[in-house]
Amino acid sequence: MMDTIFALSSAPGKAGVSVVRVSGPAAFEACRVLAGDVPARRVGSVRLLRQGDEVLDEALILTFDAGHSFTGEETVEFQVHGSVAIIGALLARLGEMPGLRQAEPGEFTRRALENERLDLAQIEGLADLLESETEAQRRQAMKMFSGALGQKAEGWRGKLIRAMALLEVTIDFADEEVPEDVYPEVIAVLDGVMAELRVEITGVAAAERIRTGFEVAIVGAPNVGKSTLLNGLAGRDAAITSDVAGTTRDVIEVRMDVAGLPVTFLDTAGLRETEDVVESVGIARAKERAAQADLRVFLLDDPSQGAELAEEGDILLQAKADVAGGSFPGVSGKTGAGIAELITAISERLSSRVAHAGVATHLRHKRALQEGCDALEQARDLMLQNVEMSEIVAEEIRRAVYALDSLVGRVDVEAILDEVFSSFCLGK
Amino acid sequence: MKHDFDVIVVGGGHAGADAAHAAARMGARTALVTLTFESIGVMSCNPAIGGLGKGHLVREIDALDGVMGRVADKAGIQFRLLNRRKGPAVQGPRAQADRKIYREEMQREMRDCPNLTIVEGEAADFLMSGAEVRGVRLADGSEISASAVVLTTGTFLRGLIHIGQVSRPGGRMGDKPSVKLAERIDQFGLPLGRLKTGTPPRLDGTTIDWSDLEVQPGDDDPTLFSFLSSKVSAQQISCGITHTNEQTHEIIEKNIGKSAMYSGRIEGVGPRYCPSIEDKIVRFAEKSSHQVFLEPESLSDNVIYPNGISTSLPEDIQHDYVRSIKGLENVTILQPGYAIEYDYVDSRALDSRLAVRDVPGLFLAGQINGTTGYEEAAAQGLVAGLNAAAVALGRDPITFSRSNSYIGVMVDDLITRGVSEPYRMFTSRAEFRLSLRADNADQRLTPLGIEVGCVGAERKQAFEAKMSALAEARQDMESVVFTPKELVTAGHAVNQDGKRRNGYELLALQQFDFDALVALRPEWGAIDEASRDQLSKDAMYANYILRQERDVAVLKRDEQQRIPTDFDYMAMEGLSNELKMKLNAARPDNIGQAGRIDGMTPAALTLLLAKVRQSRRGMTA
Repeated sequence: MMDTIFALSSAPGKAGVSVVRVSGPAAFEACRVLAGDVPARRVGSVRLLRQGDEVLDEALILTFDAGHSFTGEETVEFQVHGSVAIIGALLARLGEMPGLRQAEPGEFTRRALENERLDLAQIEGLADLLESETEAQRRQAMKMFSGALGQKAEGWRGKLIRAMALLEVTIDFADEEVPEDVYPEVIAVLDGVMAELRVEITGVAAAERIRTGFEVAIVGAPNVGKSTLLNGLAGRDAAITSDVAGTTRDVIEVRMDVAGLPVTFLDTAGLRETEDVVESVGIARAKERAAQADLRVFLLDDPSQGAELAEEGDILLQAKADVAGGSFPGVSGKTGAGIAELITAISERLSSRVAHAGVATHLRHKRALQEGCDALEQARDLMLQNVEMSEIVAEEIRRAVYALDSLVGRVDVEAILDEVFSSFCLGK
Repeated sequence: MKHDFDVIVVGGGHAGADAAHAAARMGARTALVTLTFESIGVMSCNPAIGGLGKGHLVREIDALDGVMGRVADKAGIQFRLLNRRKGPAVQGPRAQADRKIYREEMQREMRDCPNLTIVEGEAADFLMSGAEVRGVRLADGSEISASAVVLTTGTFLRGLIHIGQVSRPGGRMGDKPSVKLAERIDQFGLPLGRLKTGTPPRLDGTTIDWSDLEVQPGDDDPTLFSFLSSKVSAQQISCGITHTNEQTHEIIEKNIGKSAMYSGRIEGVGPRYCPSIEDKIVRFAEKSSHQVFLEPESLSDNVIYPNGISTSLPEDIQHDYVRSIKGLENVTILQPGYAIEYDYVDSRALDSRLAVRDVPGLFLAGQINGTTGYEEAAAQGLVAGLNAAAVALGRDPITFSRSNSYIGVMVDDLITRGVSEPYRMFTSRAEFRLSLRADNADQRLTPLGIEVGCVGAERKQAFEAKMSALAEARQDMESVVFTPKELVTAGHAVNQDGKRRNGYELLALQQFDFDALVALRPEWGAIDEASRDQLSKDAMYANYILRQERDVAVLKRDEQQRIPTDFDYMAMEGLSNELKMKLNAARPDNIGQAGRIDGMTPAALTLLLAKVRQSRRGMTA
C-alpha cells in the first residue's frame, strides 16, 4: 500500500493563511477523522478541525479525486490560520494517523511525475515558476509548465515517425507495392523539423537569459560617475562612491527588475593606464566581465569619439550630464537626469533579444536539440548524395530520435509500424 | 526417476521440427509426438521461406545447425535476395519452396537424426508431478515421461475455420483440433488471447492462361540459406504476376457482408501486414488494383498459391472474384480460401528460454505464442528445444540477446511486450540491425552453438576454416597502410588529413571496393572470393557499429541489473496501477526488459531500479 504524504505547502512561519496538503490513498480518511466528513470535491467548504473534543482550528477544505489533483492521487488541502502553533498541532495530528507520513522535499512533484500528471519539461517549468522573480521569467516558466515544449515535441515526434515509416516501408516491404523513391518526402519532412529545431536552439540562449538574468556592464574611465549611476539606478548605495579616481577595484553587481526582465548591473573598475598592481588586476577583470556582458553602457567624457570596447547595440552616454552639458544623450547619477531614458533604452534592447526566446529554456534541451539536429543533417546529406543504403539514413534518424528522446519521449518500433500499416496497403 | 525420454516435443510443424532436432543435437533423448509422421514439415500456408527479417532468422537457425535453412535450400525452386540494391544489413534471402520436397527433406532430417524418436499419436494431456509437467498422455491412454515438454501445437488450440457463413472446429484444413489439450492448458490458468489468420484459395495451374501474364524469375545468382549449402538442388521456376481489377473489387464489395471477417463471426485479431483481400478493399478503397503473385507450390503437381488474395468469403463468391482476374478467367479452385481463428498464450507468461514461468517443465514455441510465419516458429522451436535439453541434462540456460541476434529480438519482444496481432519479424524491430546481418549470422552465433554443443562436426570444421581464412585476409589487409598522398597519387579522392589508413579501413570508405584495393596492392588479389565479400560487408558498417557499441553497452548494463523473480510490483509505491499490472504480467528478468514494457516512463524505471537495489541490499544484509 502506498504511503499517504502530507506537508505544509505554503511558506513556513506566521501568515494570514497556511496550506497543509495531504495526498495519497488515506487522504480522505484523514479528512474524515479531522473534519467529521469529506466535503464535496473541488468546492471550498468550511469545517472545524478537531482532535478528540478539542477544536484545532476552523479551516477551509478543498478535496480532489484521484486523477484530478496535482499529484494524481486523492488529495485534501486544509487552509488553516497561519499560526505556528496551529500548523504544528495539525501536522502532529496527521503524523499520528496510520499510513500517513511527512512528505520528503519535492515528493508531491515526484508523484505528479510518476502518475504522469506532468512531464519532465513541465517539472522544470514548475521549478522555474516557483523561482521566478520577474514578469518575463514568470511568463516563460508558465509557458513551459503548461507543456509548450511538450506540444512542440509532439509535433516533431509525429513528423519523425512519418519519416522513419517512409524509409522502413521501402526496407521491410521491398517486395510489395510500395513507393520506389521516398527520399523527396523524407527530405521535406526532415527540413521542416530541422528548421524548427534550429529556431529553438537559437532561442535557448535568450530563454536561458530570461531564466538566469541579463548582465549589463557600466564601463568608463575612472571617476566618470559609473558608481554614482549604479546607485542612481538601484536607488541605494550598493557601490562605494568617492571622488578619488579608481575606487571601484572589484566588480560590483546589483540585481534589478528592468521592465519585467531580470538584469544584473555590473559596476566595473575604471579603465585607465595604471602602475598600481591591484588596480591593474581590477581593470583586467573589468574588461573581461564587460566583454562577457549582454550589454554595455559606456560613460564617456566625449561620446562622439566612440569607445574602444563597444559592440554593436551598446549604449554610449555623455558622462556627468549635470555638469558637462553637450548634445549627446547623457545621464547623471547625481541628479537622476537621463536615468529613466537609460532604463527605457536598456529594456528595449534586451526585450528585442528576448523576442527570440523559444519554449526550450534549459541547456539540457539545447544539447538534445543540437544532437538531434546534427543527426538529421547527416541523414539529409546522405539522401541528397542519393546513397541507396536507406538503412544508414534510417540509422541517422534513429539517432536523432534517440537524442530527442528526453524531449519527445521514446519512439519505439510499434509507433513506426502503426504509421506504416495505416499509410500503405501491405500484404501480398 | 528414470524417464522414457529427456525431452518430448509435441507437434511436427516448423517449431516442432527445429525444437526436436535441437534437443537431439544437444544429446538429449528426444521424442517428437505428431499425429502422423506424414504431417511433419507440412507448409500449411504460403510455400515460401525467408524474406526480410525472416531470412535473417533462417540464417541464425542455420548458424546453430538447425534444419530449416538446409531443407529450404533443397526444396527451393526460386531464390531471390530481397533489397539487393540496398546494403547487406537489410538484404533478406527468400525462396519459393516445393511443398512436397520440403516435407520429404524435413522428414528425412527427422528420421536420420540420432537421439530422436518419432511417436505417432495425439497428445491429449500432460503427466504431472505436483505442479511440474513430466510427460504426456496420448489419446490411446499410453504415457510417455520426460524431464521437459515443448508444446508446438500452432493454431490447434480451439481452432475455428471460417468460410463465408460456415464455421467449423479445425486446425489446419483437414486436421482435428486438440480440445482436450486446450482444456488442460485452461487448468494451468495461463493468460490466453485470440488471433486470426487466413489463406487464399488454391488454384489449378493447368487452368490458368499464363500467356499474357507478367513473369517474375528468380535471381541469376541464387543466395542460399545455409552456410553449408553451395548450390540449388531442385529445378528453378518463375512465378506469375497478375492484378485484381475494378470488377474484382466490385464483386467483393457487393458481398462483403458474407465475409466471415465482416459479418462479425470472427473475434480474433488479424495481422495488419497480411490483410485479406476484403480488408485491402475496405481499408484502401482508393486503390483500384492489387498485385497477386501466382506461386507454384510444387514441381510435381499443378497447385498454384495466389499470394495476395486470402479471404473468408463464401466459396461461390471466391469463384466469381478469382475468375474476374486476368489470366484466371477459366481457373478451377482446388481448395477454397479460409480464415482461421485460434487461441494463443500471452507470451509474457514465458521467460527468455520460452519456458512457462509458472509451470516448470513446460516450454511453448511457435504460433501458440502469438507469432506467425514458419521462420518465427522454427526460431522459437530452436530456443525452446535447446533449453528443454539444457533442463533435462542439467546445463545452464541458453539465452539470446537483442544485441546478438534477431532470435534475441523476437524472444525479448514476446516476453516483455506480448503481442496484439500475430507477431512477424521485421528488420526494423532490430535496433542493432547494422550489425545483425544475414551474412554474419554464423560469426555471431556459431561460436555459441559450438560452446553449448548444438553444432555438429561438419559445420564446426567449415566455420573454423572460414574464420581462419577471414582472419588471415583481414590481418593481411590491416598490415599495410597508405598515406593520403599515396592514395591521391593512385587516383583516389581522399581527405588530405594526414591520416594513414590500412586496407581494411579503406574498404570502409564508400569510394573503395575490393578491386580498387587489389589495384593498390596486387598481393591482395590472392584473397579468396568469399573472404573478400565478407570483409567488404564487415567494413561497410564498421563506423556505425562502433557508434552503436555505446548503445549495446547501455543495453548490457541494463540487462545485468537483474530483478528477483519474486519481486512484488503490486507493493511498489509511486507506480500507477496500470504499470504495476503490466510489470506483473511480464515479470521482466532485468531492468533492460522492464524499460521496454509498453508505457514505461523514465521516472518509473528509476524508481524500479532503486527498489530492486534496495531489495538486493536487503537480501545480502
